[in-house]
Amino acid sequence: MPDTIADQGRDEGAYNYAYLDEQTKRMIRRAILKAVAVPGYQVPFGGREMPLPYGWGTGGIQITASIIGRDDTLKVIDQGADDTTNAVSIRRFFAKVAGVATTTRTEEATVIQTRHRVPETPLREGQILVFQVPIPEPLRMLEPRETETRTLHALSEYGVMQVSLYESIARHGRISKAYNYPVLVNGRYIMSPSPIPKFDNPKLDRNPALQLYGAGREKRIYAVPPHTPVKSLDFDDHPFEIERWTQCCDLCGSTESFLDEMIVDDEGTRRFICSDTDYCQERQEAQRLEAQSQKGERQ
Amino acid sequence: MYVAVKGGETAIAHSLDLLADRRRGDRDIPEVTLEQIDAQLSLAVDRVMTEGSCYDRALAALAVKQARGDLFEAVFLLRAYRTTLPRFGHSRPIDTSRMVAERRISSTFKDIPGGQVLGPTFDYTHRLLDFSLMADGERPIAPTAPVDAAQELPRVGDILEREGMLEPPPPADSGAPTQDITRDPLAFPASRAVRLQNLARGDEGFLLALGYSTQRGYGNNHPFVGEVRYGSVPVAFVPEELGFAIEIAEIDVTECDMVNQFAGSHEVPPQFTRGYGLAFGHSERKAMSMALVDRALRAEELSEVVTSPAQDEEFVLAHSDSVEASGFVQHLKLPHYVDFQSELVVVRTLREEVEARRAKDASLSALGQAAE
Repeated sequence: MPDTIADQGRDEGAYNYAYLDEQTKRMIRRAILKAVAVPGYQVPFGGREMPLPYGWGTGGIQITASIIGRDDTLKVIDQGADDTTNAVSIRRFFAKVAGVATTTRTEEATVIQTRHRVPETPLREGQILVFQVPIPEPLRMLEPRETETRTLHALSEYGVMQVSLYESIARHGRISKAYNYPVLVNGRYIMSPSPIPKFDNPKLDRNPALQLYGAGREKRIYAVPPHTPVKSLDFDDHPFEIERWTQCCDLCGSTESFLDEMIVDDEGTRRFICSDTDYCQERQEAQRLEAQSQKGERQ
Repeated sequence: MYVAVKGGETAIAHSLDLLADRRRGDRDIPEVTLEQIDAQLSLAVDRVMTEGSCYDRALAALAVKQARGDLFEAVFLLRAYRTTLPRFGHSRPIDTSRMVAERRISSTFKDIPGGQVLGPTFDYTHRLLDFSLMADGERPIAPTAPVDAAQELPRVGDILEREGMLEPPPPADSGAPTQDITRDPLAFPASRAVRLQNLARGDEGFLLALGYSTQRGYGNNHPFVGEVRYGSVPVAFVPEELGFAIEIAEIDVTECDMVNQFAGSHEVPPQFTRGYGLAFGHSERKAMSMALVDRALRAEELSEVVTSPAQDEEFVLAHSDSVEASGFVQHLKLPHYVDFQSELVVVRTLREEVEARRAKDASLSALGQAAE
């Protein structure tokens, strides 16, 4: 062994801005443009190995790395929360390799990378929501072969999906799909919304923000441009419906948000709390300020 | 109370510190050096280079050390480094008939031009723990015959091919530049070049199991080891500004030419067909498994019926990569509370409906009994 590693000049400082080299970013941006031009269509791209494992959001990370600029403010959530370990890890990664400003506030962010949730706070024009996608092919569990599913998409041959939903109704009396609930984008392509709860599906419809979906292991990118119609599949006599809770959030009292359930003692006592930590904290803060001002008025 | 998911940042920092500490282990024991790993765990380094698709012994040794000997993790480390490297171009194809072979055997002919060379192999070791390795002390240097670097070693396959007994090597994909699977996404159907690239970096265990399955009747292709050879070959590169090839490196590779039975077709009389395997370093198990699976994947091309997993291109190529597989299996450790919560809500609703239906049925039948 002639050289030590250090002698060969291989150190962390050698990485490009936002980790990926510029050629790779350009290739990914081209794929994104194509995806935006054909909403819901899965564009194959030359996905790279990232320094985080497949399944940890490598598709989303590659998209974020390709679009993020020095003026951007990045928010990363996992399961709706900014402080889950993987969200922390990805945010740290970008703070390190791109030096961008990060935030936990949905309103402040220009780029939001997410796993399994859409923020409760409505998004606005100019924001980009980047989804981490494990299995981009909505028909995969019905047809494992890529050659087949690509043909089915090309021909809009989606009967197999309708049949699977029908079978669910026949067996359970309702569509039992809880997350990764299939949607029809712009009346053309059936798309996997990634494993977000179906609770979030209505937020995808005509959203003013740009939605980008990245699947690193499967090497696919797809997109929903702003204001694009996104319809959750259903039947006239079994319309699409979202989850409801009889409880409200224990911390902020919201009855509108997606609630996480926690078991807090050995007796199995449950607490329900907003999955979107930023939304919950904003509400608590607003309530605190309101209480203060009321107190001030009384004095 | 609400602390379960808080403090992720500190927890990660402590976890990284702990990992580094455990990697080092007992401080009274000298730290292992990259030179030691390269020299004394050389087959681990070979495997990491092969599946990491990067021929660099020092970096592979570093990866093995950093990964605490977890070779999957080491492969991943090397891959994630490799993918950041700029591409200058493609080397010329290596010519393994110019190999300075340390080992070369054929199981199809008793003697072959250039001879059979046993070389260093586990094949004829008795698997008895060698307790003398527990003690320190120098070991004698093994005598070797002088190497004739100029001697060409014709491949057994080429000899059979001249006779027409073995099909010529499948033509390289017609003039078009060979696709690079590390740059372009996998598409089906895949060319043979793409398949071989995929298999070359595929997980050894996965390919071993698939190759084994063909031997047990799941897509049997009657294999013989035409030849396995291991040694060093020069790598040549044509720099654009020079316009002629220069040798830039010498690498160790293991090559396997598998010779398989083929009944023939309307156009072609019965002859033998090929399966090919190549791995960095000394990796015979990998090269042989790869050759078996390569041949199995040629089923369609040779008008054989595709009935078994090893012959199924989409099944094999989509699942061979250990970095992808390991990541996706282990990502199940990441939080899934939201998905699980949705499922909880759905299952609870379904159960309530079942309960309600049962209660209704029970009260109806109670009513019926009362009426009787």
